[in-house]
Amino acid sequence: MSVAHSRLRYGITTAVAWSLAILVFFPIFWMMITSFKTEEQAYQLSVIFQPTLQSFREVFARSDYLSFAGNSIAISLGVTLLSLLLAIPAAYSMAFFPGPRTQKILLWMMSTKMMPSVGVLLPVYLLWKNSGLLDTVSGLIIIYTLINLPIAVWMAFTYFCEVPKEILEAARIDGANTWQEIFHLLLPMSLPGLASTGLLLLILSWNEAFWSINLSSSHAAPLTVFIASYSSPEGLFWAKLSAASLLAVAPIMVLGWLAQKQLVRGLTFGAVK
Amino acid sequence: MASVNLRNVSKRYGDNPEVMRDINLDIQDGEFVVFVGPSGCGKSTLLRMIAGLEDISGGDLLIGDDRMNTVPPAKRGIAMVFQSYALYPHMSLYDNMAFGLKLAGKSKSEIDAAVRKAASILHIDHLLDRKPKALSGGQRQRVAIGRAITREPKVFLFDEPLSNLDAALRVKMRLEFSRLHQDLKTTMIYVTHDQVEAMTLADKIVVLSAGRIEQVGSPKTLYHHPANRFVAGFIGSPKMNFIDGTVSAIDAETVTVQINNGGLQQVCVAARGIQPGDKVCIGVRPEYLQLDSDHPVIKATVSTVEGLGDFSYIYAASASAEEPLISRIPDTLEVADGSQIGFSIKPHHCHLFDSQGEAMPRTTPPTQH
Repeated sequence: MSVAHSRLRYGITTAVAWSLAILVFFPIFWMMITSFKTEEQAYQLSVIFQPTLQSFREVFARSDYLSFAGNSIAISLGVTLLSLLLAIPAAYSMAFFPGPRTQKILLWMMSTKMMPSVGVLLPVYLLWKNSGLLDTVSGLIIIYTLINLPIAVWMAFTYFCEVPKEILEAARIDGANTWQEIFHLLLPMSLPGLASTGLLLLILSWNEAFWSINLSSSHAAPLTVFIASYSSPEGLFWAKLSAASLLAVAPIMVLGWLAQKQLVRGLTFGAVK
Repeated sequence: MASVNLRNVSKRYGDNPEVMRDINLDIQDGEFVVFVGPSGCGKSTLLRMIAGLEDISGGDLLIGDDRMNTVPPAKRGIAMVFQSYALYPHMSLYDNMAFGLKLAGKSKSEIDAAVRKAASILHIDHLLDRKPKALSGGQRQRVAIGRAITREPKVFLFDEPLSNLDAALRVKMRLEFSRLHQDLKTTMIYVTHDQVEAMTLADKIVVLSAGRIEQVGSPKTLYHHPANRFVAGFIGSPKMNFIDGTVSAIDAETVTVQINNGGLQQVCVAARGIQPGDKVCIGVRPEYLQLDSDHPVIKATVSTVEGLGDFSYIYAASASAEEPLISRIPDTLEVADGSQIGFSIKPHHCHLFDSQGEAMPRTTPPTQH
């Protein structure tokens, strides 16, 4: 391949990558600048304006941001911990003691992710209502965990499959029981993968809107409900909606930014070997 | 230290037919026993059954005087070294070797003493703080052995421990295994597909094929008195030559064989279950297949000559044998590719196998070999 050809290829790849990045980032960028505009300016396409914190002041005055944020944190952490707690033993048994139906179970678990959530809204709503779980943090933790468990099991399974079986056998000969195998060997060895699983669960449950909007109203409402409350029937207030959105996504964006290396490494863990 | 006894041991997976059957084996206390056989013969499965990593489907496994069939691996008094070393990658070498003792609830000073003793036996004292990935293949192998030593097992189990090392290191580590056995005097069971390892290390070799024991014996016994054609072909490198023929005469200590497309060959064996006219197979090792242009019993055409310095191997096609014949000759003899040659064999250097592949007992004492 000639140098010119390889340069051209590099140029095209770079251009495509930048275009995609801009395409993905543009809405976030627009939301960020809109949040510093007034409601009147929000309808103008100009990017040159006098920044103001007016929208933020109004959002703070109208809603209890900290209560929503607190719920988001509690729910996300709860979901992440509970999902890992359930997924790790499940993935351990599937990876190291597979039965004739293990692959089918994994596929079936994943297939549940393909079902539209709205299809089960009514039965879930009634179940939650009858069990007193509506508008409770624990109610949301349970439903989010159920939604995210297939991803958590699948990812943990993939990471555990990378661990050589002989290492666990060596530990068994050394006298380790199942729990000691998991705690002393499996968890430390698949830590990068499990950390990115945790991170992904955290992001997914932070961003989950459908169930939080339908199963909570005030008491347990997380930040997604907080954003939705600014899209009211009286009309859209873009500046305030943007300010609320920025406040809602900022924590997870910062976390995602800081952990992006870990996340990419974890998600490509099995693929590059 | 302990003996290991297997009584009618068998193995099956689920409802499938048995993959191993009628395994009867007595391993004495302090013996170095090597399981050898081609890939898929069941040697590693047998080792893993002794270790407790595979269930035993039938029969009894005794270590010392105790039946161990259902005893967990850690309580069998064994330690195992894996082909892939199976070191704990996130732990230092010290912790790798101390792990089992920590789980057993030993005190810190006991653990420290055991780890340092094992490290000094294997000359890895200076590496104890390192992680496995910072080590070479040979060093990792030593740590794996060290981890086994700290457990002070009654029986060491080695599953193809040298196959991941390069040729030079393999020879070095082979000598170390030998030294280790002399120092520790513990029962050792060693699995390999490399018959040179088997010959050099073993007090006793167990040859397996297709889930069955073909023969058990000392390296010399297996080399000079193989029980059947499989063992004869498997032990020895390059492998034994097999020459087809028909029994023409039998007397007390010899059998005369008419070699297919060749001459008459006397073989010093006691005839068992064969009679004149039966198809048989003569076995002869490359070092005893002699070039002979005056009175050849077999004629062949040279296809390749491999010079190895002090001697050469001739590979020659012959109408008397299915596979090319191999002969070891001194390097002073010059043989050209494509030349016509003849071979003769001394009667007491021959083995004889019946049509089922079973060997006839040789009548010459081993001293004459």
